[in-house]
Amino acid sequence: MSFMQHDVPLTWYLLLSAVLFSLGVVGFLIKRNLITVFMSIELMLNAVNLSFVAFAYQWHAVKGQIFVFFVMMVAAAEAAVGLAIIIAVFRTRATLAVDRIDLMKL
Amino acid sequence: MNPVPGIYRILPEAILTLTGVAIMLVDASLPPNLSRRYLGFLAAIGTTIALWASVGQLAFPQGTGFFGTVETSAFTVFFHVLICGIVLVALLLSLDTLPEHSHHQGEYYALIVFGAVGMCLLTSAVELLVVFIALEISSISTYILAGYRKQTGRGPEAAIKYFLLGSFATAFLLYGIALIFGATGTTEIYQIAQLAPIAQNQPLVLAAMALMLVGILFKVSAAPFHVWTPDVYEGAPTPVAALLSTAPKAAAFALLLRVVYEIFPHLRSLWAPLLWVVAVLSMTVGNLAALRQQNVKRMLAYSAIAHAGYLLAAFAGIGSIGIAAAAFYTAAYAAMNVGVFAVITLIAGYDEQLSLIDDFRGLIYRSPILGSLLIFFLISLIGIPFTGGFFGKFYSFSAAVDGGAIALAIIGLLNSGLAAAYYLRLALVAAERPSAEQAAPPKPHVGPAVIAAISLAVLTTLVLGIVPGAVLHAAQSAAHTLQVPPQPSEAPGAPLQSPQ
Repeated sequence: MSFMQHDVPLTWYLLLSAVLFSLGVVGFLIKRNLITVFMSIELMLNAVNLSFVAFAYQWHAVKGQIFVFFVMMVAAAEAAVGLAIIIAVFRTRATLAVDRIDLMKL
Repeated sequence: MNPVPGIYRILPEAILTLTGVAIMLVDASLPPNLSRRYLGFLAAIGTTIALWASVGQLAFPQGTGFFGTVETSAFTVFFHVLICGIVLVALLLSLDTLPEHSHHQGEYYALIVFGAVGMCLLTSAVELLVVFIALEISSISTYILAGYRKQTGRGPEAAIKYFLLGSFATAFLLYGIALIFGATGTTEIYQIAQLAPIAQNQPLVLAAMALMLVGILFKVSAAPFHVWTPDVYEGAPTPVAALLSTAPKAAAFALLLRVVYEIFPHLRSLWAPLLWVVAVLSMTVGNLAALRQQNVKRMLAYSAIAHAGYLLAAFAGIGSIGIAAAAFYTAAYAAMNVGVFAVITLIAGYDEQLSLIDDFRGLIYRSPILGSLLIFFLISLIGIPFTGGFFGKFYSFSAAVDGGAIALAIIGLLNSGLAAAYYLRLALVAAERPSAEQAAPPKPHVGPAVIAAISLAVLTTLVLGIVPGAVLHAAQSAAHTLQVPPQPSEAPGAPLQSPQ
């Protein structure tokens, strides 16, 4: 008997994943520091990973778990580039506040 | 039937990857004070070979390779040729306009080529894992390119805005993929297409479709997901803006076509009204905002949003009519938009001394050829006959009428009239006599590479406008192959074969 079907139902995992994803979206929209905004995106990606693992367990499909590895790898590449861009922003502007990165406006 | 070796199915991507790696290796082994300009020629040659290889792929029967993850068909070839062509123009444009000793020039060319790998792979992927990886290859390369002028304030600002909103969109697309995997238990597009209509958990399928659409609409910069576009195009170097406004969008539209017409054709009654609303919003918001821009690049960015709206109008068309119209519009839009950005690069220069519309006053008197080219591309963007823009709009709106969305076509036509106002404003300013006190800007340096790039764009725009038949035929066969799933050409688990 698998513990997932009897102790913790699949729905709970999906619910937790949805909550984490929504937290990431909210953080992305309301946070005012570049690093925190970037962390919110990472939270969204990891929420998706949780969904993938839960579904992979449900379908007994290893594909979902493989997907998670690729997502982690891509997230690492994205973090490398993203942090480099954040450093470039800080060097030219000496700030990480989203509201002050506003050279270009309507 | 002889199975086609898997490597042939990704031949253009393989060639582009090797080109990119070669550029990086040569770049690292050259002495630091040597000009890296010739690496751009290497990139252009590699892209040309990849373009030729894509055309060669037409000789194979439609089918999948590498365990059903990538496909070659008329659809993938159409978009491969388009993307390689755009990248070629952008490379040739950069060759002559990048300053001789700008930093990291080798990496610049390598990143453009790696971006092309991602975009090409995105159009041929039939497995959502490959779709995700291809999208990220193209996105991460273009994030860096957007911030190439990192010493200026605007370069990194453009890059960070593109990066944050692009990753945000990717997360939505990824969540959509996770949910469709949860609903069907697979990530292969053809299997999903069969399983999604009979999945037990239909709400999950609906949520997956909605999230995937949000992610892709961000990438094609359709309203209301367009806020990043003007800032990114303004802050990026103009040759990069020429690339960003066309090639990743073409790839994203190919993905959108695959998602709506191949994965979710049974949910047409849901996505068609949604795309209707997005099309109308994109056209109207893009055109109204473009009317009040003073900066030429920002104006073109809003015009690009409006064009995404015209293109989405084609999605109201049913089946292959809509697909063919959308593919044709993508080609026409790419040719004229890359052309107009190329001309603006030459006029404004790499460091953009001329960025406002008023700076273009008297252009046609100072440099008649550049002025006429600018007006030519603006006319095509308006959609006047004998240019590619006209037939693009024509097919797109007739597809909409054919699909029963007559109101959408009418709104599109009204919007085209509105758009003419700001294109004509720029054209008229360029044709005005220069005022006496206006300082003459430096003469642009026009080399053979730039001439080749602009001729390619002009020729394509003219061919699409005068004899659209051949491209339309290609778009129709592309649409046909997207509708018909390929025969399984190799048994799953068959050993990989070498090309010999």
